[in-house]
This record gives sequence, structure tokens and C-alpha cells, in this order.
Amino acid sequence: MTQSATPHTGHDLRAEGLSLGYDQTAIIDDLDLNVVPGALTVIVGANASGKSTLLKGLARLLKPTAGQVTLGGRNIAALPGKKVATVVGLLPQQPIAPDGITVADLVGRGRYPHQGWFRQWSSTDDGIVAGAMAATNTAELATRRLEDLSGGQRQRVWIAMVLAQNPEILLLDEPTTFLDVTHQIEVLDLLLERNRERGTTVVMVLHDLNLAARYADHLVVMRSGRIVANGTPAETLTAEIVRYAFDLEARIVPDPVCGAPMVVPIGRFHGRATDTEGSSDSAVAPATAPHGAAPTGR
Amino acid sequence: MIRPLIDRGAGAAVSVREADAAPLARARLQRSRRERRLVVVLIGALVVVAAFSLAVGAYSLSVPDLLRTLTGQGTQSESFIVFSLRLPRLTLAVLVGVAFALSGALFQTVLRNPLASPDIIGVTGGASAAAVFGMLILGFGAVATSFAAFAGAIVIACAIYLLAWRGGVVGYRFVLIGVGVAFMVQGLLGYLLSRADLNDAQGALLWLVGSVGGARWQDVAVVAAVLLALLPVIRVLGARLRALQLGDDLARSLGVGAERTRLVLLVIAVALAATATAAVGPLAFVAFVSAPIARRALATGGLALIPAALVGALITAVADFTAQHLLPGQLELPAGIITGAIGAPYLLWLLATSNTTGKGA
Amino acid sequence: MTRIRSGAAVLERGVPGASPARMRPRRVVIGFAIALVLLALSIIASILVGTREIAPGTALAALLSPDRALTDHAVILDLRVPRTVVGLLAGLALGLAGALMQGVTRNPLADPGLLGVNAGASLFVVAGVAWFGVTSSLGYVWFAFVGAAVAATIVYLIGSLGREGATPVKLALAGTALTAAFTSLITIVLLADTQAFDRYRFWAAGSLVARGLDAALPLAPFILVGAVLAIVAARMLNAIALGDDLARGLGQNLVIARIVCAVAIVLLCGSATAMAGPIVFVGLAVPHIARWITGPDYRLIIAFSALFGPTLLVAADVLGRLIAQPGEIEAGLVVAFLGAPVLIILVRRVKLAGL
Repeated sequence: MTQSATPHTGHDLRAEGLSLGYDQTAIIDDLDLNVVPGALTVIVGANASGKSTLLKGLARLLKPTAGQVTLGGRNIAALPGKKVATVVGLLPQQPIAPDGITVADLVGRGRYPHQGWFRQWSSTDDGIVAGAMAATNTAELATRRLEDLSGGQRQRVWIAMVLAQNPEILLLDEPTTFLDVTHQIEVLDLLLERNRERGTTVVMVLHDLNLAARYADHLVVMRSGRIVANGTPAETLTAEIVRYAFDLEARIVPDPVCGAPMVVPIGRFHGRATDTEGSSDSAVAPATAPHGAAPTGR
Repeated sequence: MIRPLIDRGAGAAVSVREADAAPLARARLQRSRRERRLVVVLIGALVVVAAFSLAVGAYSLSVPDLLRTLTGQGTQSESFIVFSLRLPRLTLAVLVGVAFALSGALFQTVLRNPLASPDIIGVTGGASAAAVFGMLILGFGAVATSFAAFAGAIVIACAIYLLAWRGGVVGYRFVLIGVGVAFMVQGLLGYLLSRADLNDAQGALLWLVGSVGGARWQDVAVVAAVLLALLPVIRVLGARLRALQLGDDLARSLGVGAERTRLVLLVIAVALAATATAAVGPLAFVAFVSAPIARRALATGGLALIPAALVGALITAVADFTAQHLLPGQLELPAGIITGAIGAPYLLWLLATSNTTGKGA
Repeated sequence: MTRIRSGAAVLERGVPGASPARMRPRRVVIGFAIALVLLALSIIASILVGTREIAPGTALAALLSPDRALTDHAVILDLRVPRTVVGLLAGLALGLAGALMQGVTRNPLADPGLLGVNAGASLFVVAGVAWFGVTSSLGYVWFAFVGAAVAATIVYLIGSLGREGATPVKLALAGTALTAAFTSLITIVLLADTQAFDRYRFWAAGSLVARGLDAALPLAPFILVGAVLAIVAARMLNAIALGDDLARGLGQNLVIARIVCAVAIVLLCGSATAMAGPIVFVGLAVPHIARWITGPDYRLIIAFSALFGPTLLVAADVLGRLIAQPGEIEAGLVVAFLGAPVLIILVRRVKLAGL
């Protein structure tokens, strides 16, 4: 299953000629991107390649210095903020929570865009909060305080909060960065489930190339503020592109679990043609290399 | 064709789970019940303090007499004492307590920094400098001094905001610049105090301590009017403030105009501090401590604005009562001394016994 | 030539030429020279500037072969030299204390005023004047000393309680709370005792002349000890700056480091406040200016603070004499007025670490 089964009739999010920057420095220059509706897109790139900046631009958090971001054909900056917030939700890196807040309270804050002077808290809101917590398996944590939870639990609660916004397009900035691998898989499975079951468009920035390749329908590879590749993981994760975008030598092999492309990095000690120990045992070799044998080629 | 945004198509991330909604509603009710309990306790304490303030004094009334007087059936001297002396004083104490407390709460929440109260970042300092300047150099009377104080606070706050503005106002920058301005204002005050005639300087010092004594109904009316105008606005902006607590990025993602909301709330906070300072002088500490005390008592991470306001009223009322009766005979202390002497050790005790890092108040 | 120690993570190499740690950037050397020049200039200005016009030749004569019968000489010896000395000592003490405070609390906002030390010294001085009838200069200073120590201890104890220990925010909060508490107490005393108020308001303005040399010289040994401790602490501060965990990992004993710094701060701040009243901003601004030139190495920051502190205070005193003739504005007030814009510019231009 590589694409969402539900035919998607949602809103298109696009960047057209987008330039973004802070103060005087331009981080992104003249970038075009069509976010595929109903798909799970992952943005990858080296540090400082502009991934987070692009995400913030798409989420209407940064004002473009040139170009525009459009939602459903209309310039996102011209639309009322609350309306946009009912369609697009963003989970930033390292969000802040006030001391002592409970899980249920925090998730409930995600309902803000749907409430107003004439539409205060209703049972629908409670229902959606419950749904968000069910989707993230945080229902039993409802009365606990956020600061007492583990990292994985906390991240799920934050995702529940963004889900409570009930957006059609979900943007996440490095949602797995401080989690151990179990919880990384947990969070990504959760997001994939949203995408497959509800057709929610998901765009996220990830550091781990292999997880990105496994979960993404579309991969956007960035370098220095520009998109260098945009397509399915199979199309975009090639040795040449990895070399260009990450300055990394790698071999691309099929993932034995799901068949997606898997990036196997070649560093100084492993996988080099000159390594006489043999590439299959390179995991063990370095324990002996620096202690006796003269380093090769030095 | 541009589709209307409210059209919820496929893709909405979550379905409504009616069955699980009930326990959540109950939990929410419990949280608000907790807050309501705290409010009731605070109001109760306030009533007790009020009763003491109205009854006890050089001419003490018993409780039945007090009740009689309040319903208009007291003797002439009783009515005079209660309605012209003690009641305006008590009312003013309560109202400025509320104003200071809310001002502090808003500053601290909007700037996400427990240090950011109007007395620390120079807003009340600006009011003080302007007032003392008016008193010592321009020979202002009481009313003119109040106006000067009000104007001083506004001007200083604008200066701090503009100086801190750089594509937006970052909390820490605002606080730092406020601290710098506070230093400068302190210097100006020191200069004025050291140059003036001793008697004048003592009069200025008295104003600087902050006192509710000599309150008249006109003063009460002004503060009441400002509170009446601003409190509903705060209520309306409450949801936006809660979103702002989550950080600028998340707030914007929820559809809150972070910069605009912050500006409006800061304007309100400054107006509250300016009004209160103009009425009674810079009462030490009420703005700084009220919200932290209320939040720790509530411990749910909510805004706790109403509890904070009540805590402020309580502190001021108690301080004024104590200040009146602490010294033997007819001698009275200004309330500001007590708020400082009590508020600060209490905050230190809170700091010592708390486990938090003190951020994000 | 390479030496490989088995297991050690790093190869040692004999390297021809200087290693980066030994090369002094030109900026620092030039800055040092300029600092020395500025210090000399401010001292000279302090001797020469005043309401009474005195020729440089006369001033030199007054210093080398004094004749007290001459009014000019008397002015130089009894007015200008003392205030210069007080300014130098107090400025040195405040500059160093500020650098130590910022280093040990990892808080770029640290300043004796903000952390309550000034208020403690002031409170005890006021109490001494009002309740114990202290009038002698020496009596003043001992009270200030004790007050500074008490305040620093309270702030540090309270700021260190709780799970995380002495975080910058908690220390600043404790200091601010204590300052406000003490200020209230001070006001109580002042309201009750008019005479005390009269004496206090001049002292509180931060005048370098109020107490005179009799108050300053006995404190010089304390400042000296504090300065030596500051130099010792400089290396420790470099480790502390990396965070508690990393500092311990590098072998730095945090308790000793904090005690050394605390003792130094109390000695320096107490002396400065006793000498010249509560002066704000020198402790805050001087380390920042130093850091702007030297970068984050605390050994250099301490050295430069020792130069900039006196320069700043003496220059402020000279300025106070110049702009308000025939009267003068106290150095403390001048610093307060000048310091604020400096701080604001700093905050606007620089991305302050830890904020």
C-alpha cells in the first residue's frame, strides 16, 4: 500500500517562487513545491538546509520575502489566521507548555481555532479531544501532568494536541528527534495511520533517512535552501543525490522489511574499497585498527 | 474554483468520539471546580479582612453595629467613619490590588518570564520618576502628581517596547531593556531626592512607598472605571492568552496573531499598572507576587487570572490593615512598607520550597 | 613524530609553530593597550578636572613635592586624589565582582544590584546609622560588609534550593525578591528617622567624595584579597561556563569554585558599597564590554574587567564634574544614566547567550 486509499478532495498547499529569510540572510530562495494532497511527504536534508524554514513558511509562521504560499489557490497570508488554522496544523520543534498543565488541558488547547465568541466549548470539542487522545494512545494519561511524562509520552500528547485542531494538513518539524527508536516508530506509525485512515496530508521534517524512505510517499531532498530532488523515495534516494545533498558516500539497498530504499552510509572505516578486512566484517574491524596497524593511506 | 474553507472534506485528522467525551468533560469540570473553590476561599478571606478593616480602629464597631451602619441605620459618627473614611480606603485597596495583580499576571504570562512584572522592568519606576519630578521640580499637587505618574508609566512602557522591538518583541529582550530602564529611572530618582529640600524629599519618599491612606471616593471611581473598561477585554482575550502560553510558533499555528495579541495585552497591563500607581504610588511587590502565588495554589497550569486578582486584593487589604494598626497610638505606616516586607519573604519561601525552574509563569 | 597511547582517544603530535591556544589574537592585545591608555587618561583627567582650574604643572608639583599651604596643592591632595583613589578601588571591585557573578551564575544579567548584594549592604549601613548611631567612616564600612555577606548568602542559599540548584532564573528571582524586601525595610527606617534619611540620600547617590580616603584605604586589603581570589577563580569559571555536568567531567570541583567566587564577591561588593554607596551597572556593563573584546575566556574577561571597571567609574566621576558646573553629579548617577543605553544597545545588537 503506497498511497492513501481514500480519494482526496482536500486543499492544495503550494509554495510558488518562495523566498524566506531572517534579518538580512536568505535561507530559501525562489522555491517551488506542490504538497501532494493525501500523501505523506517527508522533507530531508543536511543541517541548515532550510527544512524547518520551509515548513514554517508553509505553515504561515514566516512572512515570505518573495513569492507566496497558496492554500486552495489563495495566498495563505491573505486568509484569516484562524481559518487557516482549521485546515493546517503545525507541531514545531521543542514546544513550550506552562507548568503543571494536564494532558487533557493541553490537548484541549488545540481546539482554539474552532472556538470563538459564539462557539464556546461544546461536547463536539470534548469528542474531538477524546478522538485525538484515542488516536495517539494517550487517553489513559488524561489527568496526568505533562512534565511527569516520559519523552515518548510527551511527544504523543503534543501530536494529540495538533490532531485536536482537526486539520486536513499536518505539518511536523522533527517530531522524532529526541525519542528512542521504539518511540520513533510509534510516532511515525501513528502519523501514517492518520494518513491512511483519514486521508490527512502529512508533511514532516525528519533526520533519519531510512525512516523517511520507509514512511514517505514523497520525499523532498533539500540542500542550501533549494530542492534538489522531489519524488518517490525510490526516485530520490540514489547514491548521487545522497552524495550531493549530504556529502555522504552511500550504497542504496532495498530495506529487507518493506522494500523501500535504504541508505547504507560509507564512512572512513567501513565499506571503502581499500579496506582489506572485508566490508562484511567492517563492524568489528575498528577495534583493532588504531592499535597496531598503521592507518591505511596515511 | 476556490472552495470555501469551512467545507470539511476527507482528511480531517480525527473523528469525533462521543463515547469518550464524557470523562473528559468531567475532568474539565473538576479543574474548573478546583479553581472555583480557590476563588471562594479567597473571597471568604477577603470578606473577613474587610470586616476587620471596617470595624477595627480608633473608634471600633462591633459586628452588629457595623452591619447596621452598612445598611444605613448607624449613628452619624458611625456612618461618617465607615462611609467616608474606612470604606473608601478599603475599596481602593482592593481595587488597586486587583489592578496591580492583573498587570503583573499579564506581563509575566505574555513575556513568559516570572521576572517580568511592572515593578521590575521599570514601568512603575517610570511612574515614580515622573511623579517625583512633578512633586519636587514642578511643585505638583496630589492630582497633578497622579497624572504625572500615569503619563510616566505610559511613556516609559512605550520606550521599552520600541527599544525592544526588532521584527517583534522577544520576552527576554523586553525584560532586559526594562531592567536597564529601571536602573536609569532609579538613578534619576536618586538625583532628585538628593537635590531637593529635606522636607520635600521626605514627602516624595512617602509617596514612593505607596499608601492607601487618605483615599477618597474620587480616587476609587477612577480606578473602578479603568477596571470596568479593561476587565471584559481581558476576559475576551483569555483564550488567545492561553494559546500564547504555548510559544509563538504554536500560537501562530493555532491562528493567533502573536505579535498583535501581545501588544494589546501589554497595553492593558501598562494601563492597569499606571492607573494603580497614579492612585496610590508604587505599591511594592503586589504585581510581582500575586500571579505566582495564585498559580502555585492552583497548580493546574491554567491562567488563574481571577485567583491572581483576588490574591492581589487580599495582600493589599491585609497590608493596609496591618499598616494602620501595627504601630501603637495614632501612628500609621504606609501600606507599601508592609507589602514589601511581607511579600518578599513569602516569595523567597515559595522559591525555596518549590521544585520548578521558575520558568513559564 | 607521532605518539600513540593505547586507548587514549587522541593522538599527540609534535607540531611545529604555535598552537592556537598560545596565539593571542591581535584584537585582545590592541584592546589591552587601549584599556591601559584609557585608564591612564581617566586618572589624569580626574586629577586635573574640577571647578578650580589647576595647571598640570602645579598638579605634578602637588603630587611630587606637596606643600599644604598652597590651596591648589590642598585641593589636589585632599579632594582630587582621594576621589580618584576611591573611584579606582570601587571600580576595580565592582568590575571584578560583576564578572565573577556573571560567570558563577551563568547569567549575563548578574550585577550586584540585581542579586541583592547592594541592597544588603545599604540596609545594614542604614541600620547602623539610624540605630547604632554609627558616624565614623570605619563603622560604615563594616556594616556594609556584613550586609553584603548576609544578602549574598541568603540569595545563594535560596536560589540553590530545589531540584536544579542555582539556575540563573532562580538566582535572579531570589536576588530581586531580596532587594525589594530590603528596600522596604530601608524605607521603614528612613521614614522614621529624618536624619538618617538625610545622610542616606547622598550616600545612595553613589558619590565618590562622601566617605573619603579614610574609608577607602582600610578596605584596600580586602579588595586586594578579592582580586586575587578573582584571578584564581577565572580558570574555574571557564569550566563552569560549560554547564555543571561538563564542568564536573572536566574535574572542576563545583563547591569549591562557588565558595571561592562567593567569598570574592562579598569582599569586593561589600567594600565597594561601603566606600561609595550602592553603584549600579558597573558590575553589569564592564564584563560585557570586556567579553566583546576578549571573547568567552574568563581569564581575559577578569583581566579586562579589572581595567575597565576603574576606568568607567573614574570617567563617570569626571563627567559628573564637567556637566554640572559649578555643582556636580555623583558618579553613581552618571553611571546609571550612561549604563542603561549601553545595556540597551548590547541587548539589541548581540544575541546574548543563555537568553
